Amino acid sequence: MLSDTTTIFKRPEALSDNITHYCPGCTHGVIHRLVAESIDELGLRERAVGVAPVGCSVLIYNYFNCDFLEAPHGRAPALATGFKRVRPDMIVFTYQGDGDLASIGMGEIVHAANRGEKFTVIFVNNAIYGMTGGQMAPTTMPGQRTTTSPMGRDVNLAGYPIRMAELLSTLRTPAFIARAAVHTPMHIVSAKKVIKKAFRLQKENKCFSLVEVLSTCPTNWGIAPFAATQWVASDMKPYYPLGIYKDPEREEA
Amino acid sequence: MAKKLMKGNEAIGEAAICAGAKNYFAYPITPQSEVAEYLCWRLPEVGGVFVQAESEVAVGNMLFGAAASGKRVFTTSSSPGISLMQEAISYMAGAHLPVVLINIMRGGPGLGGILPAQSDYFQATKGGGHGDYRVIVLAPSSVQEAVDLMILAFDLADKYRIPVMVIGDGMIGQMMESVEFPGKYREENNPDDYDWALTGAKNRPARITKSLFLDPQKLEDNSFALAEKAKKIKAVEVRYELYKVTEKNRILIAAYGTMARICQTAIDELETEGISVGLFRPITLFPFPEKEIYTEAAKKNIEAVLTIEMSVGQMVEDIERCVLGKKPVAFFGRTGGIVPSPNEVKDKIREILKKKK
Ligand SMILES: Cc1ncc(C[n+]2csc(CCOP(=O)(O)OP(=O)(O)O)c2C)c(N)n1
Ligand code: SF4
Repeated sequence: MLSDTTTIFKRPEALSDNITHYCPGCTHGVIHRLVAESIDELGLRERAVGVAPVGCSVLIYNYFNCDFLEAPHGRAPALATGFKRVRPDMIVFTYQGDGDLASIGMGEIVHAANRGEKFTVIFVNNAIYGMTGGQMAPTTMPGQRTTTSPMGRDVNLAGYPIRMAELLSTLRTPAFIARAAVHTPMHIVSAKKVIKKAFRLQKENKCFSLVEVLSTCPTNWGIAPFAATQWVASDMKPYYPLGIYKDPEREEA
Repeated sequence: MAKKLMKGNEAIGEAAICAGAKNYFAYPITPQSEVAEYLCWRLPEVGGVFVQAESEVAVGNMLFGAAASGKRVFTTSSSPGISLMQEAISYMAGAHLPVVLINIMRGGPGLGGILPAQSDYFQATKGGGHGDYRVIVLAPSSVQEAVDLMILAFDLADKYRIPVMVIGDGMIGQMMESVEFPGKYREENNPDDYDWALTGAKNRPARITKSLFLDPQKLEDNSFALAEKAKKIKAVEVRYELYKVTEKNRILIAAYGTMARICQTAIDELETEGISVGLFRPITLFPFPEKEIYTEAAKKNIEAVLTIEMSVGQMVEDIERCVLGKKPVAFFGRTGGIVPSPNEVKDKIREILKKKK
């Protein structure tokens, strides 16, 4: 029986008691929470080291209650490699935006994945550079207006958006690679499942794991928060299909 | 311990292990690739870590991540590779992390060449990366000294939580000399001994390794803390060596690294001709022996200071700065992998003395 004072929902221990700086309707905060819940549920907080990116989530260490390293733009996978190699007993994760991971940090992520570094990557794809004021990212949708593609992304000049989950899945080295989204409660529940699995596989020392999460940036997309979640469903999801792209457990089965 | 004949690059690798540094990240580049070729089998023997990274950009940042663990970490590279690591060096300096980087310099700028040079002096001693920071710079002149300074480098990095760079020209890496390692190899550091290492937030608040300070006051505080650290280092870590410095010297040569050894040959030969020249060899390029070179240059008998480098003239600017106009400062340098010969050094000295007459 639940009494009036039974706690049924609380802040995960892996999150600190701070108010985030994210814009209204931004789903960075939701993704933080899913990561923190996964860390808590797997009992990893006391040996977790996060690697912060450069981007809107640059201050992520203010919101987590575990040790943190702050990386130069795009280099989080290299820092994570260095740390995890010398402390294989620790749980290491990077948290990176699309500008960070798919543009300046393309080399670092491809090679860390290909070496099969045993850390976890949370890749937040909001199809834009948020922090610097909404410039075009490698993941910006065709025709999407940004401050550096005011007429919409021209695929003849900028190419098509890079699908990182698919691209990394072509690597042979075993890995867990999935794409999730957080624009509806149902999607949040599924995203949690894959994020937790990514951490579990690291805990079991199995493989490199990466979860791409489709996220919103109402501020730089120039639309209201609810419309932003709808845009994820209408425009991003068809081009960036959700699902598990690589799973060492499936291959073994 | 018995003496061993060893190539400089291999001795450098062994010296790191000797210092208890077993975590090595590198990317191949001539003339120092033998360090990685040596350590790729030697480190596993002692339970160490070697990762061949995809680029020097990655190497720098692997060091950044690994250094935050509180373990001793290092890399070796050569000029263009060090340029790519400057990003991480600036970040590590800003985040107060200990790390050792060895630059076996080749000729530049650009892709330059693969032969010995000393043209990265400015880059090493004046910053290299962005922001207000200094790194300690040590310059060995023999394989034995490279070994000794490697061990010192890790201690200094640890003591001050600062990047330390050991710079040697390509000759140091490539030549074979007899070396002696300390009898007892150090144990690896225990990260739990440090109040800054990331060891997991168990029974303590979470720790953050960062160089970002959005509050300008906090950033200024960090920059002044770095400056304060540099001041402390300047006060106690200056190292240099004198060779044949006497009251009879008419010229004082300033040279570092293997260039200093070539100058020694020139000095010995001039001695037989009755020309007395002394050598001032900075071992720490940062902190630069500022007062010491001034004191030596200011002595009554010295008519001029002559700086010899394998560059078009870089350290000479520090010599001029420190001599404070007390004495004329002359310069002779060759570059591009061309090493000034003892004869060229002697000719330059004769030329200065002739002008004096
Ligand atoms: C070397 C370097 N280049 C550029 C920048 C500027 N910069 C800061 S954040 C950012 C874009 C980040 O975008 P993304 O990774 O998509 O993250 P978001 O802000 O959208 O969450 C850029 C270009 C930098 N800090 N460092
Ligand atoms: S700018 Fe965009 S990504 Fe950044 S906090 Fe605001 S909504 Fe989120």
